[in-house]
Amino acid sequence: MERYRIVFSGSGGQGVITASIILAEAAAIYEGLNAVQSQSYGAEARGGSTRADVIISDREIRFPKVNQPNILVCLTQQAFNKFSGSIRPGGLLLTDSHFVQLERKVDARQVELPMYQSVIKAMDKPTALNMCMLGAMLSLVPLVKTESIMKVLNEKTPATFLGMNKDAFEIGRKLVVEAGIEPQELA
Amino acid sequence: MSKKTLFLQGNEACVEGALYAGLDFFAGYPITPSTEIAEMLSMRLPKKGGKFIQMEDEIASMCAIIGASLTGHKSMTATSGPGFSLKQEAIGYAVMAEVPCVVVDVQRGGPSTGMPTKVSQGDVMQTRWGTHGDHAIITLTASNHQDLFAITVEAFNLSETYRTPVILLLDEVIAHMREKLVIPEKGEIPLVERLWTSVKEGTDYHPYLPREDGRLPMSDFGGVHRYNVTGLVHDMWGFPSEDPRIAYGLMRHLVDKIEGHVKEMTHVKEYYLDDADVVLISYGSSARSALHLVENRRARGERLGLLELQTLWPFPAEAVRKSCERAEYVIVVEMNMGQVTEEVRKVVHDHETVFLANRIDGTFISPTDIRNILRVVQGKGV
Repeated sequence: MERYRIVFSGSGGQGVITASIILAEAAAIYEGLNAVQSQSYGAEARGGSTRADVIISDREIRFPKVNQPNILVCLTQQAFNKFSGSIRPGGLLLTDSHFVQLERKVDARQVELPMYQSVIKAMDKPTALNMCMLGAMLSLVPLVKTESIMKVLNEKTPATFLGMNKDAFEIGRKLVVEAGIEPQELA
Repeated sequence: MSKKTLFLQGNEACVEGALYAGLDFFAGYPITPSTEIAEMLSMRLPKKGGKFIQMEDEIASMCAIIGASLTGHKSMTATSGPGFSLKQEAIGYAVMAEVPCVVVDVQRGGPSTGMPTKVSQGDVMQTRWGTHGDHAIITLTASNHQDLFAITVEAFNLSETYRTPVILLLDEVIAHMREKLVIPEKGEIPLVERLWTSVKEGTDYHPYLPREDGRLPMSDFGGVHRYNVTGLVHDMWGFPSEDPRIAYGLMRHLVDKIEGHVKEMTHVKEYYLDDADVVLISYGSSARSALHLVENRRARGERLGLLELQTLWPFPAEAVRKSCERAEYVIVVEMNMGQVTEEVRKVVHDHETVFLANRIDGTFISPTDIRNILRVVQGKGV
């Protein structure tokens, strides 16, 4: 397996950190891979731009931060403006069409999906946007199996939110399938 | 997988290690980036019959763990730089009164309140000389969660063996990053339990009279033996004394019990040192960046090696000297202005071969940062 360097970015409260922990835990606990997760703390964690880094590999991971992500997800314009320049050439940029206007081109595959609107339409609230994002991202790049994500959700999510999170994950997967976007091999 | 595997933060790995070691009393005053330690223990300790107390400040927390330890409990507190400064007086008391306890300092940017959420390794010397007067101290650290678990257990073991406070020196990156931890089976890591005196009730007990091996059997304070505990220079009963012979004996004992066992306390990890021309020396989270660079450069045929220090105090001089014997250059990688670098310079054959690769701006040092320094040292330009 290649070494995958993933950055989830957005604003405080969108759940990008939670999504990063779920992804990394699924890889580390249920897929026998190595995974390291970290996040930027500080003023950035209250509104502003929030960022979570995940590295997944079958080899040991020493340096735990991501300089150049293979996969960059941006859920706000501010996050896009701040981080889009750092993407690894040939990588994947996933953005939400409600929040992000692609003001510039990056040297990566750009996928824009109406994740926010789809979640609002189905659930009337954006709480599970992060899981929709994770579902979409893992359909685009199948780093870990859906079952592994579900196992983490079953164990970690409070019962009242479990169904909503699983549904949102499925909404994200369907967005990719219905748009006819093929999964990709990362450079 | 039969063993319990967790995906957690470094602070949580420290908690798991402490509970494995038998921690049953924690007093603290939460502070970033150590807060998760208090948070986790506030949930975990009561469930196993232990005690968690959030005290009014860091000074009281340190005093509380000293008191709890004297009554027979494995005790710990956790803090960051500003709180660690406050604890210094009581740490000195624990040194003098020979009270086993573990003090976790999760370093953040400093001095003063500094940068609460940013990383640094600026407290290395404070662990050594933060409290006043001639004394010896044990400071341990680790760079990944599996090692952090084991070194936390070792901190408790050394504190019990030598009746001394042990500082567990972590940093923000290790404390907050998440990775896998496999919990060892019970018995897999040996535990050192409290050495209790065999002196019977009603018989004269000497709490400060070392056995031949230097260890001092304890009696739970407030239990069957009456004795005195003080920060003053004291005799074998614990009562104050200004007799020069007693003062000399006590001072030697306090220092020698640690400085005389450097070998037993030395924990280092060696990577690719056998044929290394360039030896990196690092510890804590910085060692991850150093090892990343070493493995990366090895793949290109460059002979880099890494000595990772897990024991910072007493300084593992022999291990450092031996690792640097045939090195053309020694690069110490740390996030401060050279606190360990100066110690390395003291012990190597030629101090002019020792260079510092650091960051002091709250940014986690990267392999590229280290490589840039290395290229300058080698005269290759950046």
